[in-house]
Amino acid sequence: MKSELIKLTDKGLYCKKGDFYIDPWLPVKKALLTHAHADHTYRGNQSYLVPEEGKRLSRIRLGDEAVIETSKYGETQYIDGVKISFHPAGHVLGSAQLRVEYKDEIWVVSGDYKLTPDATCAPFEAVRCHNFITEATFGLPIYRWTPTEIIFEEINQWWRRNQERGKVSVIFAYSLGKAQRVLNGIDRSIGQIFTHGAVERLTEAYRESGVDLPETKYVGAVENKKDFAGSLIVAPPSAAGSIWLRRFGAHSSGFASGWMVVRGARRRKAVDRGFVLSDHADWEELQTAIRATSAETVFVTHGFIPELVRWLNENGMNAKPLKAQYVGEEGELEETGHEH
Amino acid sequence: MKLFTELYTELDQTNKTNEKVEVLRFYFERANAENAAWALYFLSGRKPRQIVPSKKLREWALALTDIPEWLFDESRDTVGDGAETIALLLPNNFEIDETPLHELVEKRLLPLRGADEEIQREEVIKSWNQMNYAQRLIYNKLISGSFRVGVSQQLVTRTLSEISELPKDIITQRLMGAWEPTPEFYQQLVSNELGADETPIARPYPFHLAHQIDFPLDDLGDVQEWQAEWKWDGIRAQVIKRAGQVFIWSRGEDLITERFPEIAFAAENLPDGTVLDGEILPWLDGSALSFNELQRRIGRKTIGAKLLAEVPVILQCYDLLEFESTDIRAFEFQERRRILSEILDELDTKTKKVFQITESVEAASWKEFAEKRETSRTLKVEGFMLKRLASPYRVGRHRGDWWKWKVDPYTIDAVLLYAQKGTGKRSGLFTDYTFAVWSGGELVPFAKAYSGLTDREIRKVDKFIRENTKETFGPVRSVTPKLVFELAFEAIQKSKRHKSGVAVRFPRILRWREDKTIKDADSLETIHALIESHETTNE
Ligand SMILES: [Zn+2]
Ligand SMILES: [Zn+2]
Repeated sequence: MKSELIKLTDKGLYCKKGDFYIDPWLPVKKALLTHAHADHTYRGNQSYLVPEEGKRLSRIRLGDEAVIETSKYGETQYIDGVKISFHPAGHVLGSAQLRVEYKDEIWVVSGDYKLTPDATCAPFEAVRCHNFITEATFGLPIYRWTPTEIIFEEINQWWRRNQERGKVSVIFAYSLGKAQRVLNGIDRSIGQIFTHGAVERLTEAYRESGVDLPETKYVGAVENKKDFAGSLIVAPPSAAGSIWLRRFGAHSSGFASGWMVVRGARRRKAVDRGFVLSDHADWEELQTAIRATSAETVFVTHGFIPELVRWLNENGMNAKPLKAQYVGEEGELEETGHEH
Repeated sequence: MKLFTELYTELDQTNKTNEKVEVLRFYFERANAENAAWALYFLSGRKPRQIVPSKKLREWALALTDIPEWLFDESRDTVGDGAETIALLLPNNFEIDETPLHELVEKRLLPLRGADEEIQREEVIKSWNQMNYAQRLIYNKLISGSFRVGVSQQLVTRTLSEISELPKDIITQRLMGAWEPTPEFYQQLVSNELGADETPIARPYPFHLAHQIDFPLDDLGDVQEWQAEWKWDGIRAQVIKRAGQVFIWSRGEDLITERFPEIAFAAENLPDGTVLDGEILPWLDGSALSFNELQRRIGRKTIGAKLLAEVPVILQCYDLLEFESTDIRAFEFQERRRILSEILDELDTKTKKVFQITESVEAASWKEFAEKRETSRTLKVEGFMLKRLASPYRVGRHRGDWWKWKVDPYTIDAVLLYAQKGTGKRSGLFTDYTFAVWSGGELVPFAKAYSGLTDREIRKVDKFIRENTKETFGPVRSVTPKLVFELAFEAIQKSKRHKSGVAVRFPRILRWREDKTIKDADSLETIHALIESHETTNE
């Protein structure tokens, strides 16, 4: 690192020259947010700058009172002479990497990202830089994604079979991003789709942003339980094992997550089926993305940090760990259902 | 193996019984007899012995990838299983291998046993290249001898009984004992023709199993309607004498005749058409030896004269299932016992020593039984077996007529000292713990335990371990001594082989004592006192 244009503080990543924080977890004056997931979007900051494409989601997360400015992908702005711009991260709707430039030095904070095609958000854009901050949620070679079409064939077949057996299909998917991706990719001709309240609100925001999603009904608006017969229910992982599920009667449960790659994780989750669908880069995507930046230094955060750092260094790159306080670590998965 | 892969994948993930039955049904309704026979073979817990060691699989797999050893090890630690890690790390292939299961096993798997390493390697790689992840997982587990399916024998039997429209007992009986996974066997299994050979002479009956009693004894009703026997800690077995031949079966449906020559020899003196149910026990000079002694004989195919002399065995008989070539399982228990004692009475003195009837313990009330049960440890038994006098001999694990009533195990408060990641369902989490007790101001490790915590507690402990790791030795982490757990043991004894000087049997975690600090943990002295109090009452 030639200078310390961006450094890690106890509140989050901080750019001193521009006096702004990126995805801070404690209250600050100016927060630039990469995307609207809870571990990147905290309430209580004085002002926010978010990607225009994710405005609706940020508003839901931050509330009506928050002071939110937006910036389109690729649009440049100057904050105290520091040049900044958002670029698509391919993670969820309106997710961005933040490019920060000052005096010939370029940093990119990638936030969460993936390269797998996803019709619910703009594709990841490689941005050349000197210093790249990457996530490593799935930074082990066991994590390699199966093509999305195959996964959706599995989900569709599972739904159809449950229907034949007279069962409701309940799929657990993180309410921001994953749920909408499931909705977008599922075979809409199979049957009716219902959503949990937490999913419904965000799904509506996706629709308003122009994402193509099938018609869904809010579970809470249904009076006759028979209406659920043969349908698909999209719910957040927190609903797993709750009494909320009782209204559906006989049902089979599925969980859509990158963690479902590993048998132990599938079994531990105590659902009937695991579907490998992730909003994060897999092992190979991480390599591809990192190389495409041509970065001199790669900072690794969020997940399998020492493993990815060692691998990159053994493969001719200069990598260092960066310990940020994202809710992160494996253990949290069970509670939040978020893939961190 | 497409259909079988689906079956395995779905069975492996769900833990709902009805969901399992549905997928089993779906499979057996569609599979042809050749494939169904093999599927059934694997579902009944049978599997080929290791064909290729997992070390070789790992070596060949690594050569196909750019992954260094350290990264394989990290991956394995997270996954918790070598065969699965290999399946995940191999170059991607999403095509499905359509080879039928029987062909895969008979032509591509079994012939590799004992083949040249180079041929094995080529064939394994060829198979990997044709298979997707789910199939590679099954293949790797089969070839390395570690294949297991998470389904009970009962569910398989239930499904087959539904499909064939045969009673469960018949399916159970047809599935017992030795059989080969041939299409003929499968067709015969589900055939509704009951042949004269329905009970081949070697076949045991399905065992009647008991549950641990989990309610007040008074709920059993009148004490006069029950028989209590001491519950011995040996090997449950059926001894069969039919058409002049003797067969000994373990509860795990293994034919163990040759392991226990003294019983097999004595059984020749039983009347023809007799089937006994009982417990094989190591027995010297009129009393039982410890289960550890019996273990010296388990797992050995041939028993030397020295071992025969040191650890002779007998059969504690508790039931009679066949008498004069007639199945008498529907008779009342007391009636079966009466005939049993008659048969045993008529044996010659030498044979009588091998076949002893379990003693029936008398008491006038449940309270009195409870008092008598307290003497279990000194008698080297595990407690009581309670059996309803009027009950038939049932099939499988059944609630109602037979109950295990084991003594409360020993309990100790101990400190968590080391942890290791688990495998299988709990892979990736730290679930294998080593516990310590105090000795002269130091914490001395003395027991390992894996089970007993809820999933929620496991996650909490896992988090604690990650945050409080002191040192890492390979897969093992030492943690700051802070957490106290109450452990239970079935047995505890002095041991020169263990550093702590004590050996425990069946340790398990009873509860996490969040209310205790490490100062409250027990000491080695306490444990020795426990052993001694047990020994003195023994004299
Ligand atoms: Zn995210
Ligand atoms: Zn994140």
